Amino acid sequence: MSRSSRSIWGNPLSLLEVTKLGVSYGDMIALHEVSVSVEEGEAVTVLGANAAGKTTLLRAISGLVPAREGTILFDGKPMDGVPAHERVERGLVQVPEGRLVFPFLSVEDNLMLGAFTRRARARLKSSLERVYAMFPRLPERRAQLAGSLSGGEQQMLALGRGLMALPRLLMLDEPSLGLAPLLVQEVMNRVARIRFEGVTVLIVEQNVKQTLKFVDRGYVLENGWLALSGSAKELGASDQVRRAYLGM
Amino acid sequence: MQLVLQIVANGLLIGGLYALLAVGLTLIFGVLRVVNFAHAEFMMLGMYGAYWLWSIYGLDPYVSVFLITPVVFLLGVAVDRLVVQRSIGKPDVTVVFATLGLSILLQNAALTLWRADIRSVSTFATGSVFVVGGVRLSVAMTVSFAAALLFALGLWFFLTRTMYGKAIQAVAQNRRAAALMGIDVKRVYLFTYSVAVAAAGAMGVLVAPIFTIFPRVGQTHIVTIFVIVVLGGLGSVPGAVVAALLVGIIRAGAGFLIGTAWGELAYFAVFLLVLIVRPQGFFGRRGAEVYGG
Ligand SMILES: Nc1ncnc2c1ncn2[C@@H]1O[C@H](COP(=O)(O)OP(=O)(O)OP(=O)(O)O)[C@@H](O)[C@H]1O
Ligand SMILES: [Mg+2]
Repeated sequence: MSRSSRSIWGNPLSLLEVTKLGVSYGDMIALHEVSVSVEEGEAVTVLGANAAGKTTLLRAISGLVPAREGTILFDGKPMDGVPAHERVERGLVQVPEGRLVFPFLSVEDNLMLGAFTRRARARLKSSLERVYAMFPRLPERRAQLAGSLSGGEQQMLALGRGLMALPRLLMLDEPSLGLAPLLVQEVMNRVARIRFEGVTVLIVEQNVKQTLKFVDRGYVLENGWLALSGSAKELGASDQVRRAYLGM
Repeated sequence: MQLVLQIVANGLLIGGLYALLAVGLTLIFGVLRVVNFAHAEFMMLGMYGAYWLWSIYGLDPYVSVFLITPVVFLLGVAVDRLVVQRSIGKPDVTVVFATLGLSILLQNAALTLWRADIRSVSTFATGSVFVVGGVRLSVAMTVSFAAALLFALGLWFFLTRTMYGKAIQAVAQNRRAAALMGIDVKRVYLFTYSVAVAAAGAMGVLVAPIFTIFPRVGQTHIVTIFVIVVLGGLGSVPGAVVAALLVGIIRAGAGFLIGTAWGELAYFAVFLLVLIVRPQGFFGRRGAEVYGG
């Protein structure tokens, strides 16, 4: 842990510290006083039904929507006024919902753009080798347009593109969304592997059962409010989570 | 046969001039999702720049183009900051009124400053021709044609071979995802707009020895340029070049066969036909114009 992320008292400050965050779209309030933190090296999940505000939370952390209230600290520094692209430069990286690959650029160009920041570009070559080793289907298709890949391949590309940015915190928004069951399994395995390689992860995912196997802690959002939080074990044992998200 | 070659050559030369405007207009649309109604006014400003530098200092347009283009680039920076970026994200009508208003503003500024007088620049290139294989080519037209193609090629190389060029393409395809790559989307807008209008300004300088100069000169070309952009496929740089050359040839051909007034009608007919058969244009991708994140 870097020195800047320790407080003067010597307690580790979280890598990400979201405090009483409020976000609204026009008159509609999407998030109320949501507080979430992620320590360096941790994997944390955010659960919640459709429209609970999970994507909105990740967007606010990335700077794609403005925070109306509250603070977001990344590596101890306030993020208000820091534009989205600058947050990526600092290592706050998001793989968005729906993948959003660049459809008319090649697979390799998509990956190279993942390393657009000054920090990541310096290590572009080695990152590319690492990503190709991790997702062996991508090098076979490196010259193909990203838009012509299958849904599963596009998701692998989106994950790889996220890793190219050398994330200090990797935020994943529903990586298995819209994939066939077999592919869901494959994507979840990759995500678990990324996590065990030491990448700090904040993940939103519908496959709660599998997600709880590799994350340390989690939060539950309901209608824009934080309803519950706890360790993966506690959440897996909670009646509320079991009923709503594990179908038990 | 000789005649056909001559008509095709004339058409290609005029088409090359259109290409320089059309490439910029299509790029601005593809990247910013803004229809730059003021595009041809930057050409008009380039023409006046060439005129004044020629009439006051005796500078040849082929020299002053190197002075005027950077100035128009800086003007593009200012206009993007003050007008275009403020309208992005607002309802479509706001964007339309912003650039349409800018077009009217620039025309009237020119009218007030320089009056409605028709002016012209005459240099060694004016009216001089050279002959290749029996085909007579205007020197001035050939120079601007070459400049237009060089610009289009350079731009294409930049967009497809460099990291920043690819970042511009990324913004065109999905601006939200581009921001998540750490790309400063606003800077990409600024750069794209300024380069595109600088190209229009450069074209204005290069055609100063060929066309007459007056405040509303942009309006006589803008419709043709829009037709070209749509024909080529919105946002497609190679499409704009091909369509510009084609429109030039059709215009010259029809103009010769059935009279100048019909030249316009002819390319418009082709335009409608293409839109029926292939609505996305020659090089356009169906639905590409709705990607925007
Ligand atoms: N751009 C937007 N404009 C207006 N309202 C929005 C916008 N994006 C999201 N919302 C609304 O905000 C609320 C939270 O949406 P959000 O996308 O954050 O939910 P989510 O938890 O990610 O849902 P899902 O599981 O469906 O992805 C919803 O009511 C949604 O309709
Ligand atoms: Mg969502």
